[in-house]
Amino acid sequence: MLRYSLTRFLGAIPTLLILITVAFFMIRAAPGGPFDAEKQLPPEIEANLRAAYHLDEPLVQQFGRYVWNLARGDFGPSFQYKDYSVTELIAAGFPVSLRLGGSAMLLALLVGVFAGTMAALRQNSRTDHAVMAVSMTGISIPNFVMAPLLILFFAVYLGWLPAGGIGDGGLRYMILPVISLALPQIAYISRLTRGSMIEVLRSNFVRTARAQGLPERTVILHHALKPALLPVVSYLGPATAAVITGSVVIEQIFGVPGLGRYFVQGALNRDYTLVMGVVVFYGALIILFNLFVDLVYAWLDPKVKYA
Amino acid sequence: MTPSLMTRCRWILPLFLLMSFAVGCGDARMGVDRSAGAKIGGDSGTELAERQVLRRGNGAEPQSLDPHKSEGVPESNLQRDLYEGLTIEGPDGDVMPGAARSWDISDDGLVYIFHMRENARWSNGDPVTAHDFEYGLRRSVDPSTLSNYSIMLRPILNAEAIIAGELPPESLGVRAIDDLTLEIRLSGPTPYFLGVLNHSASYPVHRPTVEKYGDRWARPGRLVSNGAFRLRDWVMQSHIVLERNEYYWDNENTALDEVWYYPIENQSTELQRYRAHAIDMTSDLPFRQLAWIRSNLPEELVISEYLGIYYYGLNVTRAPFKDNPELRRALNLAIDREILTSQVTTAGEIPAYGFVPGTANYTQHVPEWAGWTQEQRVAEARRLYEAAGYSHEQPLRLQILYNTHENHRTIAVAISSMWKDTLGIDTELINEEWKVYLETRRTKQNTQVYRAGWIGDYNDAYNFLEIMHSESGLNDSGWRSERYDELLALAAQERDMARRAAYMNEAEQILLEDMPVIPVYFYVTKRLVKPWVGGYRSNIMDQIYSKDLHILKH
Repeated sequence: MLRYSLTRFLGAIPTLLILITVAFFMIRAAPGGPFDAEKQLPPEIEANLRAAYHLDEPLVQQFGRYVWNLARGDFGPSFQYKDYSVTELIAAGFPVSLRLGGSAMLLALLVGVFAGTMAALRQNSRTDHAVMAVSMTGISIPNFVMAPLLILFFAVYLGWLPAGGIGDGGLRYMILPVISLALPQIAYISRLTRGSMIEVLRSNFVRTARAQGLPERTVILHHALKPALLPVVSYLGPATAAVITGSVVIEQIFGVPGLGRYFVQGALNRDYTLVMGVVVFYGALIILFNLFVDLVYAWLDPKVKYA
Repeated sequence: MTPSLMTRCRWILPLFLLMSFAVGCGDARMGVDRSAGAKIGGDSGTELAERQVLRRGNGAEPQSLDPHKSEGVPESNLQRDLYEGLTIEGPDGDVMPGAARSWDISDDGLVYIFHMRENARWSNGDPVTAHDFEYGLRRSVDPSTLSNYSIMLRPILNAEAIIAGELPPESLGVRAIDDLTLEIRLSGPTPYFLGVLNHSASYPVHRPTVEKYGDRWARPGRLVSNGAFRLRDWVMQSHIVLERNEYYWDNENTALDEVWYYPIENQSTELQRYRAHAIDMTSDLPFRQLAWIRSNLPEELVISEYLGIYYYGLNVTRAPFKDNPELRRALNLAIDREILTSQVTTAGEIPAYGFVPGTANYTQHVPEWAGWTQEQRVAEARRLYEAAGYSHEQPLRLQILYNTHENHRTIAVAISSMWKDTLGIDTELINEEWKVYLETRRTKQNTQVYRAGWIGDYNDAYNFLEIMHSESGLNDSGWRSERYDELLALAAQERDMARRAAYMNEAEQILLEDMPVIPVYFYVTKRLVKPWVGGYRSNIMDQIYSKDLHILKH
């Protein structure tokens, strides 16, 4: 297991390098540059700025410089937010996104697995139809519609919860963004759980367990749930990485100072270093979570063995 | 299945929802009807609230709090509270003494002597001296500072050469004669120069702090400022908190103890935060919800003139506009600005028949067609259109380029349908993301008509006419007129205000006759302000100093 993890870890390095290369040259290929503004800068000022950020060097040399600095843990300065470095921006944004996204995923997992299991156990009953209808709605109503509706109802009309911001970082400020983030995930997870649970419940070992007269609770919790969760677990890896690096929509609507909006703002402002920073960070997280999922798989599924 | 599992778990979901609501209900401050019952400002209407805290929506996250490294509106709002230039703007937009108590101007308008206030202090208690301004202005034009707005200081002697790296920063025409006297020499008489001095490019910075922390000085715990407020906290993408600077020379007249700035880019989000009483002032309003706001919050809606123009540029370096002023004029006349501003933009924008908004010391040029009825304009437009060789059978095909934004799209649709109805022009709308659009505009290879806008940096007509100077970084139409450039050069050197205005007026007339740009409307500022925000006064530059505001009892 340890050896497997190590090999996977080393294998991630070329993947990351490819990611860095593609992202670096793609953002540079986009028209416009970080210093373009409606009022064009006088040429000498622009030249001066480009030289200060090494943008006047050949692209390959800039790439070499970037990778070298990255290897030393330096993401470079942000072009847009001049008082901060990209490392500082990520360090400030990630804990917020992690807390928000982590809570949302946990909530989604609990509610989604529970609702999916209930639906599977009572297949084609009213519970089943209700859960599936709600989850279909959850999937089809996008975040940018749901979130403002939640704010309008709970913050503007009822005044129970804040309309946005993180305030003192208290729980009140987390509720609406967490629910908005969790809703689509709940929908996916409950559908995944239901489908796979139905399949597992029809399998021989469940029939055997029931035939032996085990209580239904034991059958579900001890025998059926583990294999039924396999597809959910493989979904969780990339989904968690995506949710904890922040959602630009949720962050904009709730004014949450997370990482997500740096993807969009960085790209729009041609803030090369910021875009690269969040892409590399996100890429590394996805690799890490996929590895983690594979390890969990080995624990859940007796058929899988890593030697 | 056993029913026990179901019954045991059935209540979990409702319980969870209930819990989440209960947490929310715990805080009574969130109640919506906080203003109900209580009379604003107490019985007298002027009673101050106990907590003097103002919460302002502020658009985008500021790029920097270093005044020499930022240029945008959100940054200026914050820096206006943090720093104080030699001059400031009064609540009505007039130039008033700031860190300088008074000044003398030489007869030729080239030498300014500023007398500093003896009691001006930085937020750490250090005195603010003429040397601080000497250091600040030199730093602002120094190429190694990497300022992108230092060009604002161009009127100062040698500034242009220093920015270009041809002279050292020490050669700037700024000299501290002693601690309380500052001399500034200009390269030409510049009537708007006092206005430039309240722009962030001319704010002072605290030398020991900048030298100690280098590029990273503009942060909480480090930043030292000389304005009415100082920086207490800055959480990126969440909020910036300013607190009273007790050392400020006019501290006793500052009512607010704290100002919270929230970066909220999305205008609908900002509106919701305002409605939930989380902010007291918005930075802007969503254009689609104006009708709702007018009927539901009419007393809190503030709309006022703003020093800016929305216009369409025509690329005169290529067909069909090259050497074709008739066609350019035809397109101009076919736009019904009254309909556009009353039915499409609807915030009370002012139809623009000239290129310069209502600035100080200047009377706009009013072209003859401004007095015509729209029918007359359309008739003349048709005549010119046909003279240019087009007709309903052989219509002109045009492309309008704009940067991706709901408002720009709506306006482009309206204008293209006006052109279609009156002249039969077939228009294609092309939207591009901001930076792509800027590059397309600049290269002039594919553009025909492009949407553009400009907000004045200082309250002077020159600021707008300069856009169309042949060397200007904003002139993406490719238009050049020697006479126009010459008139601007004359205006820049002229000390006599009436003669200067006459030069600029003639320039505007040339521009409107040749029509490389089609003025559409002059901007307005639109925002919501809570009734308990006292001291709020609109001005044309939209410079709202928090030190002029207070919170009434509510």
